[in-house]
Amino acid sequence: MSAAPASNAPASSAVDAELAKFAAMADTWWDPDGPFKPLHTFNPTRLTYIRDNAAERFGRDIGQRHPFAGLRLLDIGCGGGLLCEPMARMGFDVTGIDATEKNTKIAAVHAEQSGLDIAYRCATPETLVAEGRTFDVVLTMEVVEHVADVDAFLHSCGALVAPGGLLIGATLNRTAKAFALAKVGAEYVLRWLPRGTHDWKKFVKPSEFAAGLRAGGLAVDGFAGMTFNPLARTWSLTRDLDVNYMIAAHKPA
Amino acid sequence: MASQAKERRTQDTGPDTDEVLTADVLVIGGGLVGGTLACGLAQHGISVLVAERDDPAGWMSNAYDGRASAVALGCQKVLDALGIWRHMGEACQPIDDIRIADKNAPLSMHYHRHEAGDEPMGYMAENLVTRRAIQTRLGELEHATLLAPVEVIGTTRDAHGVEATLADGRRLRARLLVAADGRRSPTRETAGIGTKGWRYNQDAIVVTVEHEAPHNGTAIEHFLPAGPFATLPLTGNRSSIVWCETPAWTKDLIALPDDRFKAEFMARFGDHFGDVRFVGPRFSYPLSLQVADRYTDHRLVLVGDAAHGMHPVAGQGMNYGLRDVAVLVEELVRAHRLGLDVGAPDVLRRYGQLRPVDNAVMLAATDGIVRLFSNDWQPLRLARTAGLAVVDKMGPLKKLFMRHAMGTVGVIGGVPRLMQGRAL
Repeated sequence: MSAAPASNAPASSAVDAELAKFAAMADTWWDPDGPFKPLHTFNPTRLTYIRDNAAERFGRDIGQRHPFAGLRLLDIGCGGGLLCEPMARMGFDVTGIDATEKNTKIAAVHAEQSGLDIAYRCATPETLVAEGRTFDVVLTMEVVEHVADVDAFLHSCGALVAPGGLLIGATLNRTAKAFALAKVGAEYVLRWLPRGTHDWKKFVKPSEFAAGLRAGGLAVDGFAGMTFNPLARTWSLTRDLDVNYMIAAHKPA
Repeated sequence: MASQAKERRTQDTGPDTDEVLTADVLVIGGGLVGGTLACGLAQHGISVLVAERDDPAGWMSNAYDGRASAVALGCQKVLDALGIWRHMGEACQPIDDIRIADKNAPLSMHYHRHEAGDEPMGYMAENLVTRRAIQTRLGELEHATLLAPVEVIGTTRDAHGVEATLADGRRLRARLLVAADGRRSPTRETAGIGTKGWRYNQDAIVVTVEHEAPHNGTAIEHFLPAGPFATLPLTGNRSSIVWCETPAWTKDLIALPDDRFKAEFMARFGDHFGDVRFVGPRFSYPLSLQVADRYTDHRLVLVGDAAHGMHPVAGQGMNYGLRDVAVLVEELVRAHRLGLDVGAPDVLRRYGQLRPVDNAVMLAATDGIVRLFSNDWQPLRLARTAGLAVVDKMGPLKKLFMRHAMGTVGVIGGVPRLMQGRAL
């Protein structure tokens, strides 16, 4: 197994094999009945909240073909692009970043296949802050419960919001109910998520999320809960913030 | 004018073009159902390409399609909400009264609009009038493109989209393929979706007549042993006749000289409208019941006759196609407004689950009516005459039947917003 075969192979075939690998992984990410099924089932509910908050903040009509044309959006922790692609279709100029290079490659392959122009980068929010970038909308969905320093992370997120812009965050609340449903239920009983996906101690209370954003100069607009109806197998927006919840905030102009 | 400008003719481009047209949705078949669907999607910002086999210039001639369709009130609301009705409403006849009679028995059931509300129970719309209205509406819509006449020679579907190749070399790309290409849908066949059903021992003769006396908006369904004979009111002193006979006899009837054809006709039609004159040619259509094994597949949806075909006895063929449209537009618009891929399987799931059930109810009902009435067995004849008379006397049951036929109640999965005249 010396280097000979590799050096003889045309460079493009190595790239093709690499692309095929990521394309296969993209198919898995985007299969609504595949391992990411939980994300697919609650995606419409998250999208509704983001869209409606953005339409209100920027005075856009959601009946238009591309209601958010001309606005820049950043998705922090973009994964396979499950939020970025819908946002691009709604007209946003989308940048997706993820700390894992595999994810941004998967997302880029899929966006290309979908005919969407999305800028994906393997980067942290701090990198973009250092570059002086700002966005009209910043999303940080299901990320904050995985970061080491919540306050520092939220401060960076806030710094990326342009004056007059919007931030939407989503996470899991640190309650007994969230431990029962999101940790034990989702990982051990229903097996929606691989065991060890979440560390309950890192779940973030709404008050902590809000405080972290305020410290970064944002004003909190409101919260919404997301509740799963096991009979209908659908998620809906509720006022119950005990398990999955979202937060909307803006940076005063 | 807009419709002229946006209508692309095949002769505009050479045979070896590598032109690629792209949209969100590709509809194969620009008839009553496919055309209405395209209007519904484009009006809500979903871009759509419609590939239609026939030349719209032919729709100006009465020789193209002599049929008229009943448009139930709920479906009229769909056409109204999608901006089509304003191009056709004046040419449609309100149905104020429905009478049902069995062979030579006296008129035994009678529906009048005032029994179910103030609005008419529906309208009679000549298919050509509806086609032209749809064509005009498509021309007004920024996100709709009608390609006609074009021949689709192949379609492919993969994980990320669909593509159709036209005989002139052009390729059409979209995220979702809709088969609206009729009962013998080539798109359905290419997809390997089978059908179940049977041929009735009846063909329908369709003619338009002008008569001396006014019809007062009355539709009459007369059950004769060979099959139903329906007199459906059109604007002016005109009626559309749907006359069902055995296939062999139909062939002979159609070929009769004018005077003998008229004599056969008058023997069934009666003389209560005075003298009669035939307007336009005689048409005949085979009658069958057909249902597709499934309505959805990977990035594919079947609508209208491609999904289900029924006997015209209840006048519901177009209505059930428009129900498909109302549900599909609502589902796709909801997904589109969230930025979701309109061809994704989870977006098509609800349509694929609900529509076959709702259609099956009407398919079974029409089949039952045809079997119940198309025979001359004495005990059954007495029973059905009694049955009609009983229903006629039972106010609430009759009202429910009427509202069901009008499409204002009883749609499986709930009455779609467009059928309630509500915006999306």
